[in-house]
Amino acid sequence: MLKKVDDYIFEVPMGHQKGMRVPGRIFISEKLLEQVEPGTIDQVANVATLPGIVRCSMAMPDAHLGYGFPIGGVAAFREDGGVISPGGVGFDINCGVRMLRTDLFAKDVVPMISNLVEDLFHDVPSGVGAKGRLRVSEHELDEAFTRGAAWAVEAGYGVPADLEHCEEDGRMEGAMPEQVSLKARKRGRPQLGTLGSGNHFLEIQRVDEIFDFGLAKRFGLFEGQITVMIHCGSRGAGHQICTDHLQVLSRAVRKYGIDLPDKQLACAPLGTPEADNYFGAMAAAANYAWANRQIISAWTREVFERFFPEARLDLVYDVAHNVAKVEEHSVDGAMERLVVHRKGATRAFGPGRREIPDAYRDLGQPVIIPGSMGTPSYVLCGGEGAMKLTFGSACHGAGRIMSRTQAKKTYGGTEVKDALSRRGIKVMATHPKMLAEEAPEVYKPSDEVVDVVHRLDIARKVARVVPLGVSKG
Amino acid sequence: METIEYLEHTADVKFRARGRSLEEAFENAGLAMIGAMIDPATVRVEETWPVDIEAESLEGLLYDWLSEILYLFEVELAAFSKFQAEIEEVEGGWRLSGRVGGERVDAGRHLFETEVKAVTLHQFEIKKEAGEGGDEIWTAQVVLDV
Repeated sequence: MLKKVDDYIFEVPMGHQKGMRVPGRIFISEKLLEQVEPGTIDQVANVATLPGIVRCSMAMPDAHLGYGFPIGGVAAFREDGGVISPGGVGFDINCGVRMLRTDLFAKDVVPMISNLVEDLFHDVPSGVGAKGRLRVSEHELDEAFTRGAAWAVEAGYGVPADLEHCEEDGRMEGAMPEQVSLKARKRGRPQLGTLGSGNHFLEIQRVDEIFDFGLAKRFGLFEGQITVMIHCGSRGAGHQICTDHLQVLSRAVRKYGIDLPDKQLACAPLGTPEADNYFGAMAAAANYAWANRQIISAWTREVFERFFPEARLDLVYDVAHNVAKVEEHSVDGAMERLVVHRKGATRAFGPGRREIPDAYRDLGQPVIIPGSMGTPSYVLCGGEGAMKLTFGSACHGAGRIMSRTQAKKTYGGTEVKDALSRRGIKVMATHPKMLAEEAPEVYKPSDEVVDVVHRLDIARKVARVVPLGVSKG
Repeated sequence: METIEYLEHTADVKFRARGRSLEEAFENAGLAMIGAMIDPATVRVEETWPVDIEAESLEGLLYDWLSEILYLFEVELAAFSKFQAEIEEVEGGWRLSGRVGGERVDAGRHLFETEVKAVTLHQFEIKKEAGEGGDEIWTAQVVLDV
């Protein structure tokens, strides 16, 4: 049974699962809680059994059933006695979202939307097993693993200002390419500059509503403006890196005598070689993902220039929502270095944190929350509530409520495409079946999810954007 | 005996694959994983790829077998419909010598419904039970990240 602590805060008590070291906390409304599966709550409790966990095992309002951690799960571990777990990051390491703002108005873009989406679909490879347009060398691949978006910009994909508006400057320190297996390299090399499939997308949007004019102005957003959102991750490279290290960490669990309620929570004590190697490989995958989104941004700009030669596409921000990071947080009144895992959760630092780019440091970190296909996405700004309640974390999306199997039984891909088309949304995908499992109805309403983080001052609503055109795998 | 059973999971794909031997359960698990992405009936067997792995445990062997098939799918850009595994207990663990049969992906004929990103260890299980006629049935339970 969950205990209501406050409006929008529910506690998973210590007794929910044997071995819990701390309670669980789910930041959610009563209405959204009704849609959370019992298995998700069990997964929050499972995470609470991990050694060295600080304060509580958390879940964001978009929480749903995952493997290991729930999706929407956040947990922090102390450096001394804590662990790192690939089950708290996921296979798609640094799956994330970036938003580009344009100086174009919807009225000018809407008449060209079909052509734009067709060109984006053609120029940015997507779909199962898609190969990129790039043929990078082994050396260039190492650069992507080590220097992420910084390498991509040097190689001609973008401008230095992109890096100044990206989480970690698009480059996570501590990457160890030598911990990336030959298999991960073979998967990653042809896929650099590809979108992938599933819920990943490239979307042309219109700013539909501004909630906070002051913040919107600083983020460069205004009503009626055209924005572009890119949602993708580290592709096969990240999947293989996680697969490889999950095996190593499963052995480490036995070696270090850790008792786990779920094998996917395989982990190693911080400071051990197994933990260090996983962190280094994970950082390499995170950098690959930032290089990937950077390259896709450059191709997106090329497409826009074809139709609007004078158009500018500037990066608003780029967030990771599957990653583990070393961060300082206030614990019992003192600052402590922690390893914060966010799996399907976005960093949402409040004002003043040094990790936030200069342009936004006095405001708080921009938080980009993608909707599902056909539903609004949101731009928020990290608040003090996040620093107090969630180790600076917010939700990452809408959260699934219907299984893929059920979605395919309920909706036809062509029918989904036609329904979106009637609402003026142009969608292109490799196959209509891919659209059925991503139908807007299979997700929680994104506005309710975002309202929860807004009310808790985890992140304040700045703007809502709605889709005009979507390219999917 | 239902050889392949897909179970409900909100975000991912969960299946049970069964066989009258350990080998058959492994082979059906391979088929179930590929079947989550593409209809195996559309995949001809034109080529075969060897899979040779060793692991400390049976679970580790199944995890490696499925991960290896996924790896081959991505780097060879091939889909598979035939799976063969020979499994033996060796010093310090288990060994699998097998192969997968299929063909290179042809975008015109092969429709992918979803992309399997990886094999998870969540609720991962391989077990032997007594069947109805006193024979043994091996069941592999797997959750795939899609």
